[in-house]
Order: sequence, then C-alpha cells, then structure tokens
Amino acid sequence: MKSWLTTTDHKRIGLLYFWTAFGFFLIGGTEALIIRAQLVRPEGIGVSAETFNQLFTMHGTTMIFLALMPLSAAFFNFIIPLQIGARDVAFPRLNAFSYWVFLLGGLLLNASFVAGPLFGADGLSVAPDAGWFAYANLTSRQFSVGPNVDFWLLGLQILGIASLAAGFNFIVTILNMRAPGMRMLRLPPFTWMTLVTQFLVITAFPVITVALVLLMFDRFFGTHFFVPSGGGDPILWQHLFWMFGHPEVYILILPAMGIISEVLPTFSRKPLFGYTVVVYSGVVIAFLGWTVWAHHMFSTGLGPIADSVFAGTTMLIAIPTGVKIFNWIGTLWGGQLRFTTALLFALGFIAMFIIGGLSGVSHAAAPADLQQTDTYYVVAHIHYVLFGGTILGLFAGMYYWWPKMTGRMLSERLGQWHFWLTLIGMNLAFFPMHLSGLFGMPRRIYTYSAELGVTRFNQLSTVGAFTIGIATLIFFWNLLSTHRRPINAPNNPWGGATLEWAMASPPPVYNFTVIPTVANRLPLWQTERHAPMEPLPERPPAPIHVPGGSWWPMITALGMPVMAIGALSRLLPIVLVGAAVVIVGIYRWAYEPFET
Amino acid sequence: MTPHPVAHAHRTSMGLDSRKMAFWAFIGSECLLFGSLISTYLVYKGRSLVGPYPHEVLNIPFTSFSTFDLLMSSLAMVLALAAVQRGDMKQGKLWLLVTALLGMVFLGGQFWEFSHFVREGLGLTTNLFGSTFYVLTGTHGAHVTVGVIWLLTLWVQALRGKLGQRQALTVEITGLYWHFVDVVWIVIFTVVYLIQ
Repeated sequence: MKSWLTTTDHKRIGLLYFWTAFGFFLIGGTEALIIRAQLVRPEGIGVSAETFNQLFTMHGTTMIFLALMPLSAAFFNFIIPLQIGARDVAFPRLNAFSYWVFLLGGLLLNASFVAGPLFGADGLSVAPDAGWFAYANLTSRQFSVGPNVDFWLLGLQILGIASLAAGFNFIVTILNMRAPGMRMLRLPPFTWMTLVTQFLVITAFPVITVALVLLMFDRFFGTHFFVPSGGGDPILWQHLFWMFGHPEVYILILPAMGIISEVLPTFSRKPLFGYTVVVYSGVVIAFLGWTVWAHHMFSTGLGPIADSVFAGTTMLIAIPTGVKIFNWIGTLWGGQLRFTTALLFALGFIAMFIIGGLSGVSHAAAPADLQQTDTYYVVAHIHYVLFGGTILGLFAGMYYWWPKMTGRMLSERLGQWHFWLTLIGMNLAFFPMHLSGLFGMPRRIYTYSAELGVTRFNQLSTVGAFTIGIATLIFFWNLLSTHRRPINAPNNPWGGATLEWAMASPPPVYNFTVIPTVANRLPLWQTERHAPMEPLPERPPAPIHVPGGSWWPMITALGMPVMAIGALSRLLPIVLVGAAVVIVGIYRWAYEPFET
Repeated sequence: MTPHPVAHAHRTSMGLDSRKMAFWAFIGSECLLFGSLISTYLVYKGRSLVGPYPHEVLNIPFTSFSTFDLLMSSLAMVLALAAVQRGDMKQGKLWLLVTALLGMVFLGGQFWEFSHFVREGLGLTTNLFGSTFYVLTGTHGAHVTVGVIWLLTLWVQALRGKLGQRQALTVEITGLYWHFVDVVWIVIFTVVYLIQ
C-alpha cells in the first residue's frame, strides 16, 4: 500500500492512471445511459430537467477530463519511457504529483453529486449543470446560485495543474531521455504524437486557466468579466474557452492516432507507410488546431470575414488528417494482416473517424453549421470523433499493450465480442443522432414531444448506448478475469518493432537491463536493410540504481482540494490550511534527498 | 548558452539540463497565461460603463520608477548568477539579497498603488477597467511574490552554506524565472500605462 502511495515508478503510475481513469469512464458511461433511458420515449419523466442538466454536464466533463485524457496518460506513462529507451521519466516525483492531482481533482468534481446537504441545497446533488463548456451567462451567480458551477471551475483548475505538470514532464522526457541513437525521426509514432500533444497541453491549458480564474472572480468576488450588466461580454468566455477547447480535441485525438500508428504496422508486418509524413502531418494538425477555435462560434455572429477565415482554416485540417488516413491504409495495403482485437479496433478507428471527420467538414461550412448548431447533429459528430476515434484507438492500445503492462494476455475471444458489440452499438447510438439533429432535435433538452418525429431515432440511440454498455462490461470482465491467470506473456507477443517489446512483460522496475543503442526506426525487426537488435541480457550486468518513493508529491497534491473545499464553503482558514500544505510540500519535496 | 560543467550530473539527449528545459517549457506556457490576461485587458479597454477611467488614476512617473526598480533587480540577478558561477559566494549572497529586496520594493510600490487607486474610487468590481487591471497586475504581482520567496530561500540556503558553485544551475533557473517576470512587466507597463 505504502509503496503505491509513494511510488515514482512510471509503470506503476501508468497503472494507477489506467484504473482510475477506467473507473471514471464507467461513471461517465453510467451518466450517458441514464440520459439515454430518459430520452427513449417522448415526454420522458425519469429524471428532472435539473438532474438532466447535471448528467450531460458531468458526462462531458468526466469523459473528456477524467477518462479520455488520463487513459491516454496511462499509456504516456507506461509506454513512452520504454519506447525511447529510458529508465523513467525526466521528473519521477512530478509524475506522481500529476497523478495525485488528477485523482483528487476528479474526486472533488464527482463529490458534487452527494454534497448537496453540506450546502443547504434541496437535493442530494449539486453537480455542475451548465454544460461541459459552461457558457456565460448560464454560469453567472445571478443564474446559478448554488455551488454547482463552483465545483466545476475549481475542479477543472485543479485538473489543469495535473495536465500542465505532466506536459512539461513528457516534453522533457521525450526530448532529453532518449537512448543513444534514438534520433527524433527514429521515435515511434506514438511517442511523436505524445510530444505534439504535450505541446498543445502546455499552450492550451493556460488559456482555460485564465478563463476559469476570470469566472471565479465573477462568481466569488463580484466582477463582471462575463456579466453584460457590468459591461462584460459573454462572448469573451466563448473565445477563451474554445481557444483552449479546440486544441483540446486534438489533445484527445492525437494520442489515439499515435496508438493506431503502432498497431497497424505490427499487425500488417509492414513498417508504417510514410512515417515522416505521418509525423509531420501530426505536427501540422496541432498547429492548425490553434487557428480554428471560432468555428465553434459561427452562430454568435462574428461577421462574414471571420466566418470565412475560420471555415477555411478548419477545412485545411482535413488535409493533414486525410494524409494520415491514406498512410494508414497504405500501411495495411499488401500487409500480412492478423485480425487481432487490437487491429480490429484500429480499423474501427479509421472507419469511424472518417465519418466523424466528414461531419466535421460539414460543420466547417458556416452556413450549414447555422442549421446544425445546438442540435443532435453536433452530438453525433463529437461522438464519432471522440468515441469512434479516441476511445476505439485507446481500446486498440489496451489490447496491444496490456500484455506488456501486466504480463497477461487479454482474451481474444472476449475481445472480438467487445469489438463487434462496441462497433454496432456506437453506430446504432450515434448515427441516428445525425438524423434527429437534422430533423430539429435540440441537444441538452431533457425531453421532446412526439410531434417532432424523432422518437424512432432516439429509441435506436438508446438501444445502441446500452449495447455499448454491455460491450464495456465484457471488456471489464476481460480485464478482471485475466488477473486470475498466471503472468506468462512473452516479451514480444505481437512481433512489434519498437523497444518496449525488447524486455520482459511486465518490465522489471529498472526497465532495460542495458540501455540499448538504437540504429534504426524498427530496432526489433529484420528488414532488407538491417538485422534486428541483439537481445538484451536477461539480468543487468551491474546493479542499477532505482530512485526510492516519496510522500511529498501526494501531500502537495492533497493541499489543492483542501483549498478548493475552503473556497466552496467560503471559509478562508481552510483555504490557508490547504495553501500551507502545498507550500510545505513543495519545500520538503525540493530539499529531500532524491537521486534520479 | 554555454552549459556549466559542474552542474551536469546526467547525460541528456539535447545537451541541455532537463530541469532547465522543463523551465523553458514552463515559461512558454506562462506566455499564454499572460497573453490571455493581456488580451482580456485589451478587449475590454474603453468599455467601462463608469469611471474612474485609466487616465484618471494611472500615475506614469511613479510606475516608471517601479519599472526601473524591477529592471535593476534583473541586473542584480545577473550579477548574483555570475558570482555563484565563479564560486564567489560572498558576492553571490549579496546580489541574491539585493535582487529580492528590489523585488520587495516593487511589491511595496504595487501595494501603495493599489491602495491609492482604491482611495480614488477604483475597486476590483467598480468597472471593467478595475477588474482587468487588478487581475492582470495582481497575477504579475503574485509571480513577483513567488520570485521573492524563491530568492530569499536561495539566500538562506547560501547563508547556511548549502548553496554553492555546484548549485549554479538552480540559481540560473531562478534567474530565468525572474527575468521572465521582468519582461512580462515591460509588456504590461507598455500596454496598460504607456499606451492609454
């Protein structure tokens, strides 16, 4: 127990990230199922409008910040040091700190579901209820009196600290901790996409931090940043939010693109087609991702010039994305395909992401977007890219790397069930949303009338959502049942080409018995030009120093929710106690003996 | 940028110490933080519904002195780092303390300025100018405060003999932070005070 609380081992932190994020994934999924149960028929009466607002807000917030980002982080943590030939990340304690801040921020957000009585609310739940993008002036104190939005803005500030700390850590790790010979253009594509993602994280998160701080001043101290009666402009919130929000969607999708760029070559027995172009198009996507935020705001009336510019930049992103898709197909072409679950999920990613990408281009056309804004068509789009894209990519990564992470193979038979039910379920759930949206069903409304003519589409969506739920339970069972089996996965069960497959499964605490010298991009493969790398020795020839654990990352992280609780309950002493914990933690951390 | 030989315990792929690289990334991130705050200030410029307005309260001669003071603290920081790098801890201690003191003078000036503005009727919630001004300059002041505490920590460590030439990189990183906060102030001074 203590060894887990104080661990600074990137592999253990990766597993902590995985299980925590998977737990939040199940919570966010349950929220989605309640939403779908409510909408299965017109005039549904299962939940109240207030509860419905909380459910869709927490579903979006949870899935984005507590499930998808940290599931990617689980792979960053576990896989990146192995892929670049390092013994750990650059700052192991900062890495532990990121995890604990993420966990505590997530718990704080979800505590709002049961914190009502503490705040004198009528009901049990005071969960955030203003949508995951929390538009002003729904969030002003005037229209949102309770602590709901306070939970959201404080929780997200805490989670931002976790993301930023991890961002600095992984940028330095990837740039600075590479094994000898591991040049930048020999990095595995997953590592490359992680690097690009972290640059987006450290540039986008400060922007939302400022937005959240301004909102905090509005709500706690009576300023008027987003309050029109004091001259403030609610549209400024949208600008700041989407300046973060659009890079954020690439923060969510680029790691998944990296994962399938590992899975497709392995199961095609072919190197990634156009490796350099795939890498550079990832960089281009990230750059362009910073220039498109106002396409979320066409209906605010930005004017024809702004609309045209943002429509143009948005459509440009289709080019590097299309380049990647053709390269993935080129990788498969003529390969010796092995249809494992990991490959199926990677193929599912390509197909589903194309559908999501096409509906994305239809949003980019500003006149069409005016018809689509705030309808279920947008909900369909976001789920094709974030579920069909990110989640299918993450599942591909789970089947691919689970043997490396735990030493146990997942069941391929259950995996096939998982894949097909997920694919059928997601199309049943999300495809009809295009139609219900085009027929005029608004998003975020807790009920609809039969005259709208969208009942059948909603029933299909609900059946699909529960199919996904069953598929996810099968996957959960797959994860749990393998834990009763012996640890017997081979070093390289899939015949992968990259360094993480050169060591035991799971890897020893020091990772590499000897730090390898990398001579090419596919070190474990025999190709026309080179022979595979010499196997690493079974045991390290000399003792390897492994840094010990530390309590201070967790203790420093603990101060932050304490500060947030003090702010929520308007008790300055508690805020100060939390701040004192943070300050003491930082000092003890800085001056404790810890050799990396 | 010549890496200091004694400060490099680990071989790194880029030849740059990992802590320093992380700090450069942090500074890049901070640019977006201050960029967002400055943008907010500019977007709301001239949109206050009631006074006091900027030209009624801002005191350019006084703030010019504060700016000069902060610039001199950057000079002191350079001298402190140079002294620590050549192992002259006597000078190193002196200049670390001078840097921190100049930072405190700046903070004192900001405190005086804020309280003066409040007396003139410009509170945090009075108008958009007040809100954007206090949040922007206050965020900067918080950064200076962190810098002063950091510098004093190094000074105390130096007094206890725990900061020497081997820790020159720590001082260098502190200096990066301090110079960055100084540069941000130059931008704020220009945008808020000089271009009204």
